[in-house]
Amino acid sequence: MSNLLEYVLIGVGILAAIVVVVGLARRAKARELGPSTREVISPSAPSTVRPDQVEPPLDQVQAPEPTAGRLERLRSRLARSNSALGQGLLALLVRDRLDAQTWDEVEETLLASDLGVGPTQELLAALKRRTMAEGVSDAASARALLRAELLALVDPTMDRRLATHTDENRPAVVLVVGVNGTGKTTTTGKLARVLVADGRTVVLGAADTFRAAAALQLQTWGGRVGAQVITGAEGADPAAVAFDAVRAGVEAGADVVLIDTAGRLHTKTGLMDELGKVKRVVEKQAPVDEVLLVLDATTGQNGLRQAQVFSEVVQITGIVLTKLDGTAKGGIVVAVQRELGVPVKLVGLGEGADDLAPFDPEAFVDALLD
Amino acid sequence: MGSNGLGVAGVHHRRSSPGYPWDCVVPGAREAVATWRFALAPFVTGCSLFTSLSDRLAATFKNLRGKGRLTEADVDATVREIRTALLEADVALPVVREFTARVRERALGAEVSKALNPAQQIVKIVHEELVGILGGQTRRLRLAKNPPTVILLAGLQGAGKTTLAGKLAQHLREAGHQPLLVAADLQRPNAVDQLMVIAERAGVAIHAPEPGNGVGDPVAVARGGVEFAKAKQYDVVIVDTAGRLAIDSELMDQLRQVRDAVQPDETLLVVDAMIGQDAVQTAVAFDESVGIDGVVLSKLDGDARGGAALSVVTVTGKPILFASVGEKMSDLETFHPDRMASRILDMGDVLSLIESAERAFDSEQTARMAGKVASGDDFTLEDFLEQMMGLKKMGSLTKILGMLPGMGEMKAQIENFDDNELDRVAAIIRSMTPAERADHSILNGSRRARIARGAGVEVSAVNQLVDRFVEAQKMMRQMRAGGGMPGMPGMPGMGGGKRAKAKQKAAVKSGKGAKRSGNPAKRSIEPPQGQPQSQPQPQSQTPSGLPDLSALSGRDSAALQAQLGELPAEFKGLLDGR
Repeated sequence: MSNLLEYVLIGVGILAAIVVVVGLARRAKARELGPSTREVISPSAPSTVRPDQVEPPLDQVQAPEPTAGRLERLRSRLARSNSALGQGLLALLVRDRLDAQTWDEVEETLLASDLGVGPTQELLAALKRRTMAEGVSDAASARALLRAELLALVDPTMDRRLATHTDENRPAVVLVVGVNGTGKTTTTGKLARVLVADGRTVVLGAADTFRAAAALQLQTWGGRVGAQVITGAEGADPAAVAFDAVRAGVEAGADVVLIDTAGRLHTKTGLMDELGKVKRVVEKQAPVDEVLLVLDATTGQNGLRQAQVFSEVVQITGIVLTKLDGTAKGGIVVAVQRELGVPVKLVGLGEGADDLAPFDPEAFVDALLD
Repeated sequence: MGSNGLGVAGVHHRRSSPGYPWDCVVPGAREAVATWRFALAPFVTGCSLFTSLSDRLAATFKNLRGKGRLTEADVDATVREIRTALLEADVALPVVREFTARVRERALGAEVSKALNPAQQIVKIVHEELVGILGGQTRRLRLAKNPPTVILLAGLQGAGKTTLAGKLAQHLREAGHQPLLVAADLQRPNAVDQLMVIAERAGVAIHAPEPGNGVGDPVAVARGGVEFAKAKQYDVVIVDTAGRLAIDSELMDQLRQVRDAVQPDETLLVVDAMIGQDAVQTAVAFDESVGIDGVVLSKLDGDARGGAALSVVTVTGKPILFASVGEKMSDLETFHPDRMASRILDMGDVLSLIESAERAFDSEQTARMAGKVASGDDFTLEDFLEQMMGLKKMGSLTKILGMLPGMGEMKAQIENFDDNELDRVAAIIRSMTPAERADHSILNGSRRARIARGAGVEVSAVNQLVDRFVEAQKMMRQMRAGGGMPGMPGMPGMGGGKRAKAKQKAAVKSGKGAKRSGNPAKRSIEPPQGQPQSQPQPQSQTPSGLPDLSALSGRDSAALQAQLGELPAEFKGLLDGR
């Protein structure tokens, strides 16, 4: 306690100093500028030009493509995006001599996939041990070895099922969270399609009341699969919208309620508190069965920090790795899985409505090595 | 504010001398830094100028003392650490390689400086190199001679193009232009609606002839937008395009067509600050296929180290024009190379700390605090509470302390700090009466017992809190009596412009300070005038004859006075007043 108090004091002291300095600076600044420099923005109405204002034609309610064939596509796409990693590694490993420089290159290749320093070194150490012990020299066994090690890092034993079934007589509640621009709304829409395709009834909650037109975006997705979408006014309390969505789900006897939340940087304490509130309020209706963190495959080492903070606030239960159709490798999820023990459950593979697939570690690693 | 264009808050001036991370920025930043270092000196022995990287380098250099020149082996070990640091900051591998090679070369030839230890010296080289690359070609937005100026925004999905379009439009409108937004993102569902809402928030016009959601031709929309702007005399056209992957040849082709149709004066690549190793591939692909003129870093308000900035600038050779730092339309800043460099190296981001403090406190609060110091008023437990709540608003204490340079050694200790501790301390203070908050010395046994009951803690916790205040106060007195700045060798020129101003202000008011040396170095040697050298403020006792409260008051006002030049007359006023 005494030690902690010391830190509180230091912290407050520092802060007070900052505030004073900022205040003094502002004063001086205000003096420099004189009293009347505050800019007044003329309220001239912006002219909105939109010749043919038509409602966006909602696609007809479509029957989404069944989920079965998706893994094949995942495999082919991963092959495209990640083959560099697998092949680069293999090329390195089947050299005659495994000298220090070779290992450096292996390390760099792994680092280039955003795997992170920790997992990279772990993988490297394991590989070194095994090549040494087993005297690997041919491509096939090197490949087998690498596959085994990569797989161990990805950990296929994790339970990656999506908790969308409940034993009780209530809908399963899924909360979708993440930082800005990772694809939360898109993922929610795609997930709704998957669930509808599996014959479930889905209610969507547009708890992103902050971003302009986010609710509309979700409505478009909902309209495409005929799912009910609960929205609130822009700027409404997201917790209230989420609450309403779950209530609507319960009343309609829906199987699953998907709640899309606003993107928020994990560093914004206020927004993170708001997210915690959304979850707590929803839990007054029904327990939240699944909290999915949407991570962008292009995200670098900051992804781990994001996952940690979100996990602290809303206890994430699964990860969705989006935009895996690009050149990014999404290696950060390995670190995230390892640190938090939260499995990657789904992958997003593009902007197409059906570009969402379950994450399969075997397929993932095979694709890496193809 | 309007005149300096992109000012974030009133306090930001921009100087651009590269050097120490805080050299260039907020007036007041230097003072703040100095103040903290002053306040923290007792806690941090051997303050180092840089944290993370330098801590690591320090270990490498343990046995290096006494050497006149860095050996090749020393440098190699160092370069390895730098490499890891850069990789952890998401700088792309090829860029890291190139960069470390250059640093290695410079470090090998460098004399070991007397002022800096070898670790600091290398970090300084790294920092300079970083600033050199990041800021080598900083420039402003280029406007066309014959309006309209066309700005084309491109980037991956979710990079922040649509939001940036709005911010840019608002910025230009405030600079006296007539921007027009063109909604050429017809891909993402309701991107057009989003841009319309954004246009309204930014108070600018929008050209959105197509509803989007996959309907319409972006090339035609973009072309139409420019024609519309010409007809209606808009002088800047900002074309928002759909996010696309660099490897999607079809969409990249479409982007090329859009570019050809509108002939942009600026093609800006919007890059998410959180992006990892993929940054290079993306930047190169966009540059090769459409040719970018500049880069905008988005989401810099997060805590990503932002190595992508270095990657993108290095591989494309294009400057970073703006940094996008929040969700409000006004959250757009010009890019600061030196701050970015410090951030990539994780060198205690003092400026971010200042900024988050600014966000946590409104101007009224800061003005009141400043007023208190200026007038020499006491810092009460009430103020302490306010500060603490602000601290809580800013995020975890661990993070905040971690942002300070020289806190590396404390990091491990504060790692396990439970932020709920703040709530407990707040509960104790809130259980006090206003009189008690104003003067802790009236806290006798029964009052303390009552407070403990009210706060739901043991009496010992209340005692500890009070004891800490008293201790800290003593410490501050000693420090002030010493008059110096312990543990601060090598702090270059402490006299910032702002501080000088504050001093003059004090001087004018007091009519005494004017005699004081304008040279901060000299001043620190001179005994402070108008202020008792040994025990300052024995008068800072309340009429009841009891010592004035505590730690915080001591810590802040003393440190600030020491830094700002004392405010003698005000103090007298205060003391008489009491």
